[in-house]
Amino acid sequence: MQRKTIFWGILGLIALGFPLVVRSPYYQHLVIISLMWVVIGSSWNLLAGYTGQVSFGHAIFFGVGAYTAGLFPTHLGLSAWWGMLAGGIISMLVALFVGWVCFRLRGPYFALATLAGGEIVRLIAINWESLTEGMVGILIIQSFKSKLPYYYIVLILAVASILVIDLIMKSKWGYYFVSIREDQDAAESMGINTTLYKNVSLLVSAFFTGMAGAFYMNYMAFIDPEVVFSLHFISIMAILVGIVGGVATIWGPAVGAFIMVGLQETFRSSLFGLAPKWISQAHALAFGLLVIFVIMYLPNGIVGDWATIKRVFMRTRRSAG
Amino acid sequence: MALLEIKNLTKSFRGLTAVNNVSFEVDEGEIVSLIGPNGAGKTTIFNCINQFFPLTAGDIIFRGKSIKGMKTYKICQLGIGRTFQVVKPLKRMTVLDNVTASSFCRINSIQDARRKAIEVLEFCNLLSEKDKLARSLPIGGRKRLEIARALATEPKLLLLDETAAGLNPSELDEAIDLIRRIRETGVSILMVEHIMKVVMTISDRIHAINFGQTIAEGTPEEVANNKAVIEAYLGEKHA
Ligand SMILES: Nc1ncnc2c1ncn2[C@@H]1O[C@H](COP(=O)(O)OP(=O)(O)OP(=O)(O)O)[C@@H](O)[C@H]1O
Ligand SMILES: [Mg+2]
Repeated sequence: MQRKTIFWGILGLIALGFPLVVRSPYYQHLVIISLMWVVIGSSWNLLAGYTGQVSFGHAIFFGVGAYTAGLFPTHLGLSAWWGMLAGGIISMLVALFVGWVCFRLRGPYFALATLAGGEIVRLIAINWESLTEGMVGILIIQSFKSKLPYYYIVLILAVASILVIDLIMKSKWGYYFVSIREDQDAAESMGINTTLYKNVSLLVSAFFTGMAGAFYMNYMAFIDPEVVFSLHFISIMAILVGIVGGVATIWGPAVGAFIMVGLQETFRSSLFGLAPKWISQAHALAFGLLVIFVIMYLPNGIVGDWATIKRVFMRTRRSAG
Repeated sequence: MALLEIKNLTKSFRGLTAVNNVSFEVDEGEIVSLIGPNGAGKTTIFNCINQFFPLTAGDIIFRGKSIKGMKTYKICQLGIGRTFQVVKPLKRMTVLDNVTASSFCRINSIQDARRKAIEVLEFCNLLSEKDKLARSLPIGGRKRLEIARALATEPKLLLLDETAAGLNPSELDEAIDLIRRIRETGVSILMVEHIMKVVMTISDRIHAINFGQTIAEGTPEEVANNKAVIEAYLGEKHA
């Protein structure tokens, strides 16, 4: 109990103090992006890890959130920060429709439907130019020069999403979600309205993912459909963050987010300039290998299989010493 | 008034009529057994009662109201609990969490739901297993978990699909005792069972079907001596 308090205290201090100590905008940027992925990964995990409805289309909610924020300045003459709340809500409305269509299907068919849905929404965003500016994208003026405000905003968002999901998982909803994942027919015969609760899970997931998208618009000040509705960089990344960190664990996606963003950046920068340039092309391959490794040796992710990891390290330490 | 009335129930799967014009009732406080050879249509009747699939024809009346076309979860909320012949434990949840999840059918607060689950687990002799993952239970435990989960929804009518299959003799006696104790709490029971020891010792009435059709109905003695029933079972054995 005592040790736990100390651990959380230190972690809290690090989280609050990080951008004050580490002044490099580059590292601040990486942590801001990681925290954004904590939000998306945790949201994906609520739906896929806990409720068992594996989404290959979370870019839908991220992109809708981002575009909602972008439309405030371009179409309404208001600040894009209004999009933070509106982005979550509009994403939920879109999720209502996605759920209505996709939850008619189960298992892999649901996953495929969300995959198709993501591609459809991306094409709509490209072609509906009067609303989205199409491939030109949306450019806004950043509110802050410093990264500090962005850092604290996304930190609050990340902490809030984890706390809310943790609370949900300890409530009746949480029991219902996991029951649905384990056996939908059994859940239904236990009096659980499985259609309703799958939609509840999707809506909460879409809300936070949409907020993350709106944050991205505000922070990066530029979006286009190929970025925010990207299958590869958003939908698949959300899955990787969840799987690497550990599905159906509260902290898994948070750990996964930092690892995946770190890995992505390592490759993008060709191992920080140390390796030849072509290495940056290999990041898809590296992601693939990482997923294969995790699925084979840590099927429950880094957090889910922490006990195994610890055991392996203890053994090597003992045999070394 | 009967608690459950099955009226001219018919269910076809693309040409195959699995249940053909079957009618019977379960009264308040009764234990009724549904028997018949393999493939007779017993599980299909259960699946029709809790509306896993739509009826082809006929009607099902529960406490005076038709439940035809209702959603499965609604039927549970109305007071019909069921177990599955092919057990469906929520494998990666603990035994306690399995039952807590179904306690939420009548209870909203987590403390009360957990308290209810513990009560039910104790009733089903599963309390000592409460912290194990459901997938680690042996078949006897899984069968009792099915019952516990159904009981936690506080049913008026419990549908038991081959609860005794695969149990050893001592577990069998325990199962018989459990079913009796459930009835004493005021729950009516409709059960599908192959094991004659169970059927004959605890049923008030037996409804026998073969090839989806009723072949006999009556008290255990009446049905045991019924020619059509003997033929259905012996015929199957000699085939
Ligand atoms: N979902 C389904 N689709 C198609 N056919 C089905 C379906 N469910 C059951 N059947 C068929 O209906 C018939 C009755 O099956 P049912 O499972 O009701 O038998 P049962 O009396 O429960 O048998 P057992 O004692 O083996 O459990 C069988 O011929 C079976 O193949
Ligand atoms: Mg059967």
